[in-house]
Amino acid sequence: MPKIVIDQLSLFYGQNQVLTDVNLAVHEKEILGVIGPANAGKSSLLRAINRLYEIDYARISGKIRLDGKDIFDIPINDLRRRVGLIFATPVVLPGTILKNMSYGLKLHRKIKKQELNDTVADALQAANLWEEVKDRLHESASTLSGGQQQRLCIARTLAMNPEVIMMDEPCSGLDPISTAKIEATMLELKKTYTFILVTNNTKQAARTADRTAFFLGGELIEVDKTEKIFTKPADARTDDYIRGRFG
Amino acid sequence: MKDKIAEKLLLFIAFSAIGSLLLITFFIFQQGIPLIFKIGLGNFFSMHWSPTRGQFGILSMIIGSLMVTVGALIVGIPFGLACAIYLAEFSSKMVQKTLKPIIELLAGIPSVVYGFIGIVILVPFIRIHFGGPGFSVLASSIILGIMILPTIVSISYDSLIAVPNTYREGSYALGATKWQTVVKLLIPAARSGIVAGIILGMGRAIGETMAVIMIAGNALKIPHSMLDSVRTLTSTIALELGYATGDHRAALFACGAFLFIIIITLNIIAIRITGRRE
Repeated sequence: MPKIVIDQLSLFYGQNQVLTDVNLAVHEKEILGVIGPANAGKSSLLRAINRLYEIDYARISGKIRLDGKDIFDIPINDLRRRVGLIFATPVVLPGTILKNMSYGLKLHRKIKKQELNDTVADALQAANLWEEVKDRLHESASTLSGGQQQRLCIARTLAMNPEVIMMDEPCSGLDPISTAKIEATMLELKKTYTFILVTNNTKQAARTADRTAFFLGGELIEVDKTEKIFTKPADARTDDYIRGRFG
Repeated sequence: MKDKIAEKLLLFIAFSAIGSLLLITFFIFQQGIPLIFKIGLGNFFSMHWSPTRGQFGILSMIIGSLMVTVGALIVGIPFGLACAIYLAEFSSKMVQKTLKPIIELLAGIPSVVYGFIGIVILVPFIRIHFGGPGFSVLASSIILGIMILPTIVSISYDSLIAVPNTYREGSYALGATKWQTVVKLLIPAARSGIVAGIILGMGRAIGETMAVIMIAGNALKIPHSMLDSVRTLTSTIALELGYATGDHRAALFACGAFLFIIIITLNIIAIRITGRRE
């Protein structure tokens, strides 16, 4: 059974429809790349899955299931813990690195200091950030570089013990070395987690994704194995986009 | 050419505002400070205020001012903060657009009207239900608490709104509820603005005169409970300056100088706190 099943999903901001009848399945422990030009509805897709669209006063129709269960039947805090979201610009919260890491952990339950420290260290290691920050956990998180901040956000999400990690153009503001680090982290982590990677960089999808979905104007044009999408796509529009003929 | 003249004219007007502030400051201190040196700091901060006998101790008034100010903060902070949080985080755009101007309108009501409402409604209510004369610390605290609401609400609201939206999204994406986001993230992030609002409100409460004269009772003694009558520094100046002469008059100016220092200090602290954030 797929991890996430999206069935006839449409999303509206007021009168403006940004997603139209999307049907898509996300498999367990894969990296699903999502590509497409601006306004294709890629970010809206992610915001629909963890119900973050609600704070924008958007509305959706259709069904989204996580492990077969309708996302509206899962308590919203639990849903957002299980399905993490990494934003395009790293959202470090005010305060120290440690505070950033423990913010989410302390929301859901009382946690002992030792357990907290262990979880934080594990998550930072998994995000390949531990060596760089282990001696400066009490420094302000905003002193980190952009790439480090983004890995901190990944670590913060990992600490919540999620099942799915959604990334919304996680490397858009980063240099090639930081990007490579994040991609390497992702490839390691996919043994444990399911990824949805929205990216404007088609090469990034080609490098990392197992399958790739192409969106255009709020519709899913096609989804297939990444090699297939990048070599013999079924739809001419996909081919045009990948070859840079529009978008 | 026209531009040059307009520029010079505006510069002159701007400086005359600063100039009048300097003049007022100079005048108050020049009139008041010599008396403090004449009677000594110890006598000035003693308990005995009896101008006919040459005693000018302002301690009971300082305590009076302090009590009504603290009382005003106890009333004003919870209501003001709750109001700001509701407006900034929980209400719809429509509600914000209606409620915020109404709250700011509170600042435009003349203080004599607040005093009037206090005399007609609050003072009798306290006298009947809690005892005492009704003209009291409690009545002043409640009225002052309402009077400082606009300051606390609008500055706290502005600093909550100024917290970047990405923080909210980041917090929700980690599974925080709206309430957790407000308490654990937004209030700490907006803390400096909220504190500045409270300090400015405090300055308003200390400096308020008319409403307090009307409902505080103005008895010259240190109050022992919230139901006792009280006299503040500002009330004393307003009540006595009309007939005061000589040292008495100078003593009132000294009170003014003391108030001036307190309020300037509070404002400087507030500006420092908000400044540090940016």
